Amino acid sequence: MEGLERIVLEHPFFAGLGPEFGAAISGCARNLRFAAGEYLFHEDEPANEFYLIRHGTVALELHAPGQPAIVIATLRQGDILDAAWLVPPYRWNFDARAAELVRALGVNARCLRDKCEADHDLGYELMKRFVGAMGERLRATRLQVLDVYGPPRA
Amino acid sequence: MTAAPTGWSVPQPLRVARVRRETADVATLELMPDSPFAFAAGQFNMLYVFGLGEVAISISGDPEATDRIVHTVRAVGAVSGALMRLRRNVVIGVRGPYGSAWPVAETRGSDVVIVAGGVGLAPLRPAIYRVLARRRDYGRVVLLYGARGPGNILYQRELEEWRRRLDVDVEVTLDHAGADWHGNVGVVPALIPRMSLDPQHAVALVCGPEIMMRFTIAALRDRGIAADRIYLSMERHMKCAVRLCGRCQFGPHFVCRDGPVFRYDRIAPMFGVREI
Repeated sequence: MEGLERIVLEHPFFAGLGPEFGAAISGCARNLRFAAGEYLFHEDEPANEFYLIRHGTVALELHAPGQPAIVIATLRQGDILDAAWLVPPYRWNFDARAAELVRALGVNARCLRDKCEADHDLGYELMKRFVGAMGERLRATRLQVLDVYGPPRA
Repeated sequence: MTAAPTGWSVPQPLRVARVRRETADVATLELMPDSPFAFAAGQFNMLYVFGLGEVAISISGDPEATDRIVHTVRAVGAVSGALMRLRRNVVIGVRGPYGSAWPVAETRGSDVVIVAGGVGLAPLRPAIYRVLARRRDYGRVVLLYGARGPGNILYQRELEEWRRRLDVDVEVTLDHAGADWHGNVGVVPALIPRMSLDPQHAVALVCGPEIMMRFTIAALRDRGIAADRIYLSMERHMKCAVRLCGRCQFGPHFVCRDGPVFRYDRIAPMFGVREI
């Protein structure tokens, strides 16, 4: 098994994935490294790649003019970043900053979308995993938005 | 586990010996009793601000340190607000201890995961002290703590001390933070899938806002921890503390006497029911 394919199949997000799918995904993948403080991408940039985090922490940030950036979530080894590549308009919704040295696998979005169109089994397998991950993040975000540790509501 | 109802049944006047401001709306009070004060981790006292009223506040000190009574109070109402603003040498009334306790001794031999949210770390701190005091009696020990922001972290110095230990996994996560925060941002339940422990032999102690506990318990169950190995401390408005007034009734249970610590499987059918 090639190095990238092994890395794809060993990543927790792709646990149990068939080797044929692993080969297809790794055919679109490349190894990446980001120094602490470096941005993986910025809000509204084209989501040309998604990332499988292999090492390190990525801070997702939102910013408002004249104010310091707010970290809305941190992602770590074993997480994916993110699903904007999967659905139009294929643009990122936040900034992603390497909070420390980050090693990741970057998967070319157009390459993988084309493969998903050609092979719906691959597309469905990916969609199930991404929908599950996004569902978990939505649940977490709801809890965050509730501000449960804030002042009691009247 | 239900602790024997011993202690003071009428308010004892005790002087505040020390006040530590934890956050903008939370303070820790140390009271010095005339005689040793025994309690079990997880129990609470009724604190009486003379002329204003009484509130139930968990005991947040070490059960082995019987020469002082420690309470961490968050200002949410008139009485708790007055307690939070107390100064040294002021006298308040104390009756207790009341309620059930964390199963600290019963869980020896198990992995222990302690999950706290916000000021919910206070009722768990006595259990943390006891587990760490007999660290060799337990398997892996994991502490997961969620707070609102960097300025709302309780017991920051102790958290740092516990984190420095090589035999405890401590993770703190915040709901939101600035870019200068180098820790986790996100909710506590999201940390649970990453815990390193044996779910078959783990016991979970959970305290925080009820919604946070619901999400946490779901994540613990997904991780394979059985309902009868999860304990939680319920918060209800407790008025009399002696199972008389019914203010804290939770289905067939009175939180003041049957709780506040419950084994999850015993209350699971009622937990999360909107009408209860």
